[in-house]
Amino acid sequence: MKISVDVDKCCGAGQCVLAAPDVFDQRDEDGIVILLDANPPADQYDNVRKAAAVCPAAAIEVQE
Amino acid sequence: MTAPALARVAVVGASAAGLSVAEGLRRDGYTGRLTLIGDEPHLPYDRPPLSKQLLSGAWDADRLRLRSAEALDALGLDLRLGAAAVALDTEAREVALADGDRVGYDALVVATGVAARRLPGTDGVAGVHVLRTLEDALDLRGELRPGRRLVIVGAGFVGAEAAAVAREAGAEVTMVTDAAVPLADALGPDLGAMLSQVHAEHGVRIVPGVLVDAVLTEGGRASGVRLADGRTIEADAVLVGIGARPNTGWLAASGVPVGDGVECDATLHAGSGVWAAGDVASWPHPRTGERVRIEHRTNAAEQGLAVAHNILAGPDHATPFDPVPYVWSDQYDLKIQVYGQLRGYNQVRVVEGSLAERRLTALYGRDGRVCGAAGVTMPRATRRYRLLVAEQAPWPSTADLAPPPSARQAPSARQAPSARQAPSAGSAASGGPALSGRDA
Ligand SMILES: Cc1cc2nc3c(=O)[nH]c(=O)nc-3n(C[C@H](O)[C@H](O)[C@H](O)COP(=O)(O)OP(=O)(O)OC[C@H]3O[C@@H](n4cnc5c(N)ncnc54)[C@H](O)[C@@H]3O)c2cc1C
Ligand code: SF4
Repeated sequence: MKISVDVDKCCGAGQCVLAAPDVFDQRDEDGIVILLDANPPADQYDNVRKAAAVCPAAAIEVQE
Repeated sequence: MTAPALARVAVVGASAAGLSVAEGLRRDGYTGRLTLIGDEPHLPYDRPPLSKQLLSGAWDADRLRLRSAEALDALGLDLRLGAAAVALDTEAREVALADGDRVGYDALVVATGVAARRLPGTDGVAGVHVLRTLEDALDLRGELRPGRRLVIVGAGFVGAEAAAVAREAGAEVTMVTDAAVPLADALGPDLGAMLSQVHAEHGVRIVPGVLVDAVLTEGGRASGVRLADGRTIEADAVLVGIGARPNTGWLAASGVPVGDGVECDATLHAGSGVWAAGDVASWPHPRTGERVRIEHRTNAAEQGLAVAHNILAGPDHATPFDPVPYVWSDQYDLKIQVYGQLRGYNQVRVVEGSLAERRLTALYGRDGRVCGAAGVTMPRATRRYRLLVAEQAPWPSTADLAPPPSARQAPSARQAPSARQAPSAGSAASGGPALSGRDA
């Protein structure tokens, strides 16, 4: 799995962090997404798919 | 008991919620026919930027696409765009489309969203705008030039965002609202007052506490508005932002229960294989039992996933939808975020930052339990309080609220806030209590 995030689109909702806290974080000042792990381990796949699905800015792209 | 055979799912409404249903179904292994019906001619696009980046011209329309063409292809959809559903036959299990086609289904999802409310008598009047679709936003964008006079009727989030963008484009903006404090409905009087102040500093003229009676026209074009108290305000364009109505007209003769939206049970099922998701869906919240309908972007996505899950589980194994609602709004350089539902709150406390700094997180409580958290330009810190909202934690004593260890703050923000738990006299404006006194 390969993840990319579009920080320009990200609106700082933090839904990704709630879904996959090991893979995403947010910058303190503006809440913009920080990708902690672009190639996460398999046990994270479900969380990451959920994050991409609920991201309200369609800012997370997942290639499997 | 096993769910009835499921080979045909039809989703009406090809936007955030409908797309989320489709993706959820495929992800959970559904391989049958999946028809996605939308009356707009566009591929699914996102609405929040309509009053933000698209309105300002920072983004063009292509950036609003919710998914790439390849990602949509991969879903294997029977995609019907520019096709309005006009009727539903729950006996025959068929949706009728405007073009005469009929689509059969085993499960149907209503994801038709809402339509902007208009002022009576303004249909087709040039210069009168609403803001719900891509076309609406592009039309309005054409009006935002230096010196143009824009009157915004209503002071909800969408109107307030449009006001901010219009000012940045150099238009002269007047906001008319029947509320005594604009935005207080959503956030309470103190945050509402702070936001009003920010708008005023940016040159928005706010006319509170009065209804707009009529739009004035000259030669078929809007020339201003007349207020209920007889005053008139001249304008070159009028944006009507007075809320929205669920798109349920096409369900009129279907027997699907419709009130304020499609009335579902707690699992989002409305009976006879009909489900609903997104702005159009109303359901009894499993924790409060109160019927709610939420017009938030993340709710549309989460509810879509929940419906997909429940359709595959079947009505007997469907699980209640129990979200922590989340909404945000961007105005000037402020980012406002709200977790939970503030409605009916009777306790509020600033837990980080302060009104004076215009950076803060506030907790809202109802009957001794946390019901919401709102943040202004403190996204990461605010998110941490979501847990208290999710747990409906007992209203914390000040001592429980030592700032979380990772909170980095200006020294002035790290004082223990004082609590004021009873509604105060100063809060008459919108019925909610005021924020605690220290820096309000
Ligand atoms: C300008 C604007 C700014 C916003 N900003 C924010 C924000 O900052 N944060 C936030 O949380 N939320 C925001 N929202 C709300 C958010 O966009 C909505 O909650 C979300 O779009 C709901 O998605 P939905 O799919 O339920 O409904 P919709 O997006 O309304 O989609 C419903 C679709 O169904 C179609 N349809 C309707 N009737 C029929 C029919 N009979 N047949 C076929 N198709 C039909 C409609 O044309 C539409 O394409 C904003 C909304 C607007 C308009
Ligand atoms: S969920 Fe999406 S918009 Fe929100 S922080 Fe994550 S990437 Fe950004």
